[in-house]
This record gives sequence, structure tokens and C-alpha cells, in this order.
Amino acid sequence: MSNPSGTKPFTITRRDLVVSGAVTVAVGSGSAHAQTSEPKAKVSRASQPTMPVELIANGTPHRLTLDPRVTLLDAMREHLNLTGSKKGCDHGQCGACTMIVNGRRINSCLTLAVMHDGDKVTTIEGLGSPEDLHPMQAAFVKHDGFQCGFCTPGQICSSVAMLGEIRDGIPSHVTRDLMAVNYSDEEVRERMSGNICRCAAYPNIIAAIREVHEGNT
Amino acid sequence: MTDYHFDTPAGPNPIDQQKIIGHPHDRIDGPRKVSGQAPYAQDYRDGISNIAYGFIVGAGIATGRIDRIDTREAEAAPGVLLVMTHLNAPKQGPHQHDLAPQLTGPEIHFYDEAVALVIADTFEQARDAAKLVRISYTPKKGRFDLAQERLNAVKPDEDEPDTSTGDFAQGFAAAPVQLDVTYTTPDQSHMMMEPHATIAKWEGDRLTLWTSNQMVHWAIRDVAGTLMIPEENVRVLSAFVGGGFGAKLWIQSDAVLAALGARAAGRPVKLALARPQIMNNATHRPATIQRIRIGTDPQGRILAIGHEVWSGNQPGRKIENAAQQTRLLYAGKDRMTSHRLAVMDLPVGNSMRAPGEAVGLLALEAAMDELAEKLNMDPVELRIINDVQFDPEKGPSRPFSTRKLVECLRHGAREFGWSKRNPKPGQVRDGNWLVGMGVGSAIRNNLSKNSGARVTLRPHGSVLIETQMTDIGTGSYTILAQTAAEMLGLPMDRVEVRLGDSRFPESAGSGGSWGANSSTAGVFAACEQLRQQIAQKAGFGGAELTFRGGQVHAQGRSVSLASLAGKNGIAADGTIVFGDLEKRYAQASFGAHFCEVGVDRYTGETRIRRLLSVAAAGRILNPKTARNQCLGGMTMGVGAALMEECVVDTRFGYFVNHDLAEYHVPVHADIPDLEVIFLEELDDKSSPMKAKGVGELGICGVGAAVANAIYNATGVRVRDYPLTMDKLLERLA
Repeated sequence: MSNPSGTKPFTITRRDLVVSGAVTVAVGSGSAHAQTSEPKAKVSRASQPTMPVELIANGTPHRLTLDPRVTLLDAMREHLNLTGSKKGCDHGQCGACTMIVNGRRINSCLTLAVMHDGDKVTTIEGLGSPEDLHPMQAAFVKHDGFQCGFCTPGQICSSVAMLGEIRDGIPSHVTRDLMAVNYSDEEVRERMSGNICRCAAYPNIIAAIREVHEGNT
Repeated sequence: MTDYHFDTPAGPNPIDQQKIIGHPHDRIDGPRKVSGQAPYAQDYRDGISNIAYGFIVGAGIATGRIDRIDTREAEAAPGVLLVMTHLNAPKQGPHQHDLAPQLTGPEIHFYDEAVALVIADTFEQARDAAKLVRISYTPKKGRFDLAQERLNAVKPDEDEPDTSTGDFAQGFAAAPVQLDVTYTTPDQSHMMMEPHATIAKWEGDRLTLWTSNQMVHWAIRDVAGTLMIPEENVRVLSAFVGGGFGAKLWIQSDAVLAALGARAAGRPVKLALARPQIMNNATHRPATIQRIRIGTDPQGRILAIGHEVWSGNQPGRKIENAAQQTRLLYAGKDRMTSHRLAVMDLPVGNSMRAPGEAVGLLALEAAMDELAEKLNMDPVELRIINDVQFDPEKGPSRPFSTRKLVECLRHGAREFGWSKRNPKPGQVRDGNWLVGMGVGSAIRNNLSKNSGARVTLRPHGSVLIETQMTDIGTGSYTILAQTAAEMLGLPMDRVEVRLGDSRFPESAGSGGSWGANSSTAGVFAACEQLRQQIAQKAGFGGAELTFRGGQVHAQGRSVSLASLAGKNGIAADGTIVFGDLEKRYAQASFGAHFCEVGVDRYTGETRIRRLLSVAAAGRILNPKTARNQCLGGMTMGVGAALMEECVVDTRFGYFVNHDLAEYHVPVHADIPDLEVIFLEELDDKSSPMKAKGVGELGICGVGAAVANAIYNATGVRVRDYPLTMDKLLERLA
């Protein structure tokens, strides 16, 4: 995973690694490679390190002081009360936690909040409200693109960003001509396969995405 | 609460107008779901302050005992409030029925059974401290392999494990054409998207649980029974359920441990099973071995049919009743079914979407395909000539209430282009793809349960429905609103529905496909009561009433509902109480699935190319939500046919692939546009709604249609589900 926002990296001491196994995941997955400053870790009342982080959540900046083990998903859900994003697996396997970070969709359970200092995070709440639905949200209702609704925030965030990826000419596994990326149901099915819907409203989700795509072209 | 007894077939009633019922209305809860505003168990915040977080430590062995459990390091970890183990857990109700006592002793019954609960200030602290609980065990040899334990299986102590009509042994022996085949189906996991999760909060001796549960009144009963407190001291809220498929019919460890932890910590506690814990700690669909014998005359008419099933479970637990559909689906004079149960030490087996039929039909409907080939008959025709319009075990005295299996098969065959199927397998190519078609019949027993609701006509003339009923993605919110709107002549936007609160009237709940028909009938009953109260208030006496446009009309006079509601509104409670019609009539939903697959001749990879289901399930209350239910069932059936399997480690006794990366379920790329057709049908024996269950029908028989299509494509018959590429590849020419 890259750090497209170019935000402040952080470093971890050997001692911190021993203290928290979860942090090693963060190092292994990437953004701590360019070590330029000392750790901001502090010892809290509970004698655990915390770090300050600023998240721009749905356009509103929030300054938080977080345990560095807190995922972006849990920062949103448990610290900012944005509970629309769901924790289906906490392991990057289901897609229910998908958010749009600096324009790209990511599994928010697989990334630590402190890696996103200054990042612009869009959750399902940032796309629209029941009274003012985003076109993708409205299309999901119209085409019944869900049943239980638990994967739905992730499906919708993923769909919105995914259409952008096709528009930007980013190829996928099923793209035949890498220089000519075009919308097709097959492309959408491939690109949405990281978002599992056990209720399996899949054909309806594809219909909703197709309608939004056609409305945009 | 007024009971509406349903013990004679339904006559005409306001539902028959079908002005609102029967139309594909968008889900009324849709805007909240798509905007992240629908609260699931872990999303509640109001009235819950100073919350603590729980994390479960699961057993690292499947059978044996805990020798020593050392919690000192965990207790000393930052933020930890308490660690609960069997050494300090409070006494709870016994291990029986559906009670769910936790941390009851040092004995381990199955892998990942809870052995400790850590409560801490934050989720991260609880999760990390859970890893610091040190446990040493003495493991015991366990029973993990069904193929072996089958030899120790016994006739279970259940309602009806065996049935017998005529003389199967003689009838089968004398039959000119005989088929004797054995199929196996693996353990399967519900894998609903929302994990088992609960927030528990105590106020004095009163407990509130925000949890994810399909059956609110069972949850109350089992929580109270487990914690040994009065039922009236427990409130359960389950307004939105992120999928269940049977996994959330009964309370699990999360509800009990959250409650125990919250009481001990003196703070509200939030507790969810981590995804990798769910498959072993909670329930699954048990594996089966199924032997099917069918004897026919040379024309394919069934003379004798037998279905024997072996499954395993924890002591005192139930069978997988996979022969149940074989008692009803096809004709035949000499018949037998049997179920044998082996005691095993794998995790607890329990209901998963269409328990019984879902895996029973994987075997029966594949066997019918084998039989058709043996007879050199078309598989659709074989099914049609063996149709029977009464319960074939009980005889013509117990007719089906409605049964449109033949119509489903014929309609589907026509729509699908079945006549283009080459009956000789392995003949059709499309590039590297071997292409084939398969068919499977669908049957799902129709169940009903008493169900209540409160309907309140509010000032200004809008209506509020309150019931314990749950919506697990099935569309309950919407069809209950449609029912009240139809009964009271109101537009949909004048009806509000509140679900899943134990303070509301007890309902059928969601399970076994009984939810839609039973709970709408409960709202029907409450609306009947409300209509009478409205009539009285309007001074209409016993006159014929018409509810239309927010007004009630009778005797040439119209009165607005808003004016009748007054300042306080009018509330009516009603409960549908089902009589013995389901004993007098066999009741089931029927369908037929048609599938076209491609199998890669070099890799054995199977792709679904086309899939059509035709269903007859009584009145379809909302074709949009009902179709979606069918899509879900069909897709789960495709999963059962092609990929779903809890892999048993028979050395250590657990399911190895216990997450969504390793337990494969169908994803977008696996599922093309599917087609669903509903045949028109009203079943006046099912309820005043004249509807039947549809949520499970989609999964019944579809996996066999896939397997039969694979056989038609390749000439390879695999009787060991799922039909993964390794099993095909070794036999592809």
C-alpha cells in the first residue's frame, strides 16, 4: 500500500514493536518506510502510547489522539460515531468496511488510523443521507441492491470509487486491451468482487451500478 | 391481545384487492440502509455511556480439559477491567435445550469454545490482552470424522427420524430398474456478513441487549434461562440484522458473555465474535452421508424410494433431516426414510438456510438425474411423471394445499430452451469450455408460527405497526407496511413499522421461511381488530366496510381515519393463531431450477453461464423483495455446489478454513444475471395472506441443477460435494 496523500510518516522504536504486535502489521504493510521524524507516541494514563492524528471525515476535520493500534474503521466507528461503515471480518476479506480515502477505495479495517494523518476520508454518511441520497444510493434502493444491508455501505463506497477507476483507465484482471478500459458488466463484477454480499443481491447491485454509469455518460 | 384463529381455508378478504400487496414496492428501510443510518447491534450509542469492550478467548483444543489457566498477565495489561474464566464465572442455567451457558467448567467440548472473557476499556486493549491468557490443556481423543463415526450412529430420540410406507425392501428388490447411490455433503457455514454481536447494559437487575437475533422471544427465553433471571427483566432489541440464515435463531456466546461481563464490570459491554472465531465457536450446517435407492418400472414410474441419512453432532443435539423432502416430493408405493446420528466432537451443528432440504436435494435431485440417464429419459419428464398431488406417505386423504411442481418444470423448460440440451454428456463445446445443462426440482416445507402485532391509528391518520418480528434482509419492514396499507386503505408513506423490540407483541420471528407469511398474517389479524374498533367508533355497527384514501366508507357515509383517531389514537393488538390446516394438508412451496454451466476442459473450473428458477409459493407479497430472496438462495446453492466446505482437520478436530478468505462463498464475479419467475398461485390453506415461504426455496435443489449441468457438460459424475476443480480435473478426458 502506498501513501498517496504524502502525509507525515512516523517511526516505531524496537521497544514499541515489542509492546504492540498490531503495529508491526503497519510497518510491514508500508507507510513507515521513510523515517524522518521521531515517534509521536506518548504514554497515556493506561501507560499505553497514543498518537495525534487529524482525519478529514466527510469534509470535517477531526483531531484525535489514538492508540496506534486503532484501525481507520474503528476510528470512524468508535471515536467519531460514524457507524455506517461495517466491520464484517476485520481482516480485509469482505469489503463491508470500504471507505474512500483521498479518492481511492480501501478496506478501512486493514489500515491504521494514524497512517492517515491529514487524509480525506469519505464514508457512506458522506455520500448522502436518507433525505438526500447520492445517485448510487438511490439506484441501490430502486434496484433492491441489498437485503440485510450490512455489506451495503461498503458496496456503495466501492461502486462509486470503482466507476472512477474505469473512467481513469485503470485496467483490471479481465481487461482485454490494457490501453482501452471500458465499462462492462464483466469489468464491474471483477472489480466489485472484493465486496461480498452473502445475501447475494449481486445481479441487483450490478443493475444499480449500470444505471448510475449510464446516467453519467 | 385478540386471537385470530386460522383453522378453515381463507375466504375473500381485503388483501385480495392487491392494490399494494403483490406490488414491487421499494424497501421502506432502504434509504436508511444505503446511507448507513440503519442501526445494527454494534451501532447503538444512545443511552450507552462509558462502554467497555469484550474479547473472547477460544479453546485451543477440541476435546479434553483445562489443567491450568493463568490470567495474571492479561489482568495486568493496560486497560483491562477483568478476566472471566470458569474459575470465577457465575453459575448459569444448564447445558440443555437452547440455553447457552458459558465458562461452565474446565471441560472442553469443541474447538474455540469460550474459555475466557477479557473486558477492557478499549477494543484494542481487550483483543491484545486476550492473547496473554496462558492455558495448558490435557487433550482427549475426539470423534471428528463422519465417515468413521457413521458406524456408531444411532436412531435419534427425535420426532420422526424414520418413516416407512409399504415394503421398501421388497419393492426395491423387485423393481425392473434400480439406482443405488451415495452422496456426501460437507459441513457448511452461514457466513452472514454481520458477526454475532451484542451490547449489554444493566440497570439494577434489568438487562438490555442490543443484539443480532432472528427470534426475539426465543432470545428472551434463553438469555433469562441461562442467566437465571426472570424473563421480564430482559429486554432484547434487534431492529436490523446483518444476515442470519439460521445462525442467529438462537443466542450465542456473545449475548451471554456480554451480559455476564457487563454485570461483572459494572459498565455496558460491547462484544462481537471475531470473524475467525465464528465458524468453530458458533453453529454450522452439519455434514451428511446420504444413500438413495430408487426402483422404477421400465417407463420410469417410481415403485420404491428410500433415503438414508447419517450426520453427526454434539451430544444432545439434532440431526440434519436431509430425507425430509423425499417423504413428499415424488410418488411411489414402497418408501422409507431414516436418519442416524453420531455423537461427535466437532462444533455445534444447527439450522442453516433450508435445513434438511438444502442438502437433501443436493443428493435426491442428482440421483434423479442419474436415474433419468439410466432410463434413457429426459430428466424433466422423469420428474413430471412422478408428480403426486397428495402426501405420498399418508395417501390421498392428505392432499397438497397447492402444488405446481409440474407447471414450474414445464414453464422453466420452455423459457430456458431446455429442448436444446444434448442428453449425451460431454458433447457441447464453446472454445475450451465444455457446456452443459441441468435441472433440479425445488420443494420447501411451508411452516407457520403464531404471530402478533400492534397496529395504532395515530392522530392525523397515519399508522404505526409494532411487532417483535425481525427483518434479516427478507423485507419484513416493507411487506408488513404493505399489509397494513392494504387493510386500511392508506398509502405506504402513511405507515411506519418498528421491529425487533421485545416490548412489542410476540411474533413468528425469522426462520424456516415462516416469517413473511406468519408475520403479515399477524398484522392482518391486528388490522382486522383495528377495523372493527374504527367501525364501532364511526357508528357503522356490523356494516360492510371499505377503507380507501384515508377514509372508511359504509352505509353511504365516509369518515376520515384522522378524525376517528382523535387525540389519543386507536390501538389494536392481534395475533394469528394457526390451527391444524398444516396437518390436514401437506403444504410446501415448489419450484424448478435450470442451469447452464461451462467447465474449462483444461482446468476443471466451472462457471455458471445461465440460471433460471421458476417458483410457485402462494401469493408473492412483494415481487421485488421475494425475487431478491430467490437470488440469494440460488447463489448460496451455487456456493454449495461449487465451493462451500468447512474443511475438517480430523487430527485436531476443528474447521481449518474459518474465515472469508478460506471459506469460499460466491462473489460478484461468480454470479451472472440470474432469472426468477413466479407462477401465480394463492394458497387459502396457508394463512389469510394466502402466501407461503420463499426465502429458502431458492436454495432447494439449485445445487443439484448445477451438478447435473456439470455432468451434462463433462460426463463426470461427482457425488462428493462441493464439485471443486480437483475432483473434476482428474477425470476430465
